[in-house]
Amino acid sequence: MQMEYFLLLAAALFCIGIYGLISSRNAVRVLMSIELMLNAVNLNLMGFSNFLDPSAIKGQVFTVFVITVAAAEAAVGLAIVLAIYRNRQTIDMEQFNLLKW
Amino acid sequence: MNLAEGVQIVSFGILAVMMLGAALGVVLLSNIVHSAFLLAGVFLSISGFYILLNADFVAAAQILIYVGAVNVLILFAIMLVNKQEVFSEIPGRWIRKLATGAVCLGLFALLGTMILVTPWSLSTTSPAVVDNTIVAIGEHFFSDYLLPFELASVLLLMAMVGAIILARRDLIPDVVSMQEIVSTSLTLPERPRELVASGDRPPNEGE
Repeated sequence: MQMEYFLLLAAALFCIGIYGLISSRNAVRVLMSIELMLNAVNLNLMGFSNFLDPSAIKGQVFTVFVITVAAAEAAVGLAIVLAIYRNRQTIDMEQFNLLKW
Repeated sequence: MNLAEGVQIVSFGILAVMMLGAALGVVLLSNIVHSAFLLAGVFLSISGFYILLNADFVAAAQILIYVGAVNVLILFAIMLVNKQEVFSEIPGRWIRKLATGAVCLGLFALLGTMILVTPWSLSTTSPAVVDNTIVAIGEHFFSDYLLPFELASVLLLMAMVGAIILARRDLIPDVVSMQEIVSTSLTLPERPRELVASGDRPPNEGE
């Protein structure tokens, strides 16, 4: 197995996440795309940890930290989506102009 | 990793097809519930990649946290905001989608050439793989990564408190109707029921 395969796969996943982040209109789907991007980063970290640093596995430690931050981000992001939905009665990203100007 | 090379390549291919298909489904499907279940497929196949990369503990943590907690949270959020709303059409939206797709393909081409051109300093001799990753990760956590470990726990606490405060809906109204509450000597000093019930107010009031 080569490291480039894993890195290419992580790059593809990251680009899919960026596409979903920009082009989707459902706010929950935007959060799901962010999770995809974080997982791509985790896959990169894990590939580097296995192939470049197999004795002291520091990439796995950083992956655990990224998973922690991703869990916290998901909780706060979904709470924000719920709060906006309660005030605006919509989850369309095109309708959210609260921070405009 | 004591699997044969061919077994690793075949399982890598299966997991890659599974992951890319599920990720494209997450982004492209119109039904958000199908997207949420496909997201679980993405997380599971990434956990399989972690096992291929000799990281058994993180693979288990990935399944537990992402599939067990984050995905369930996303499903709860979908059910709470499930209005089946039909998004109003915006003229010229396909141009935006096309441009986004072009940018993402360009970014992938850039990253791909960077990955393939860069001479990674891989060690030719295969060193001894860490036998017990839990012990190694624990040693890192409690020696040289102690401060980020503690900060992660503080961050989780702050995120949990913040999420609860953002998501709960009982608001204290301006006019407190305290007249009908008969306080006897046996009344417990708690918030009256009307305050909690008045949180279910009509939606357009608080904008």
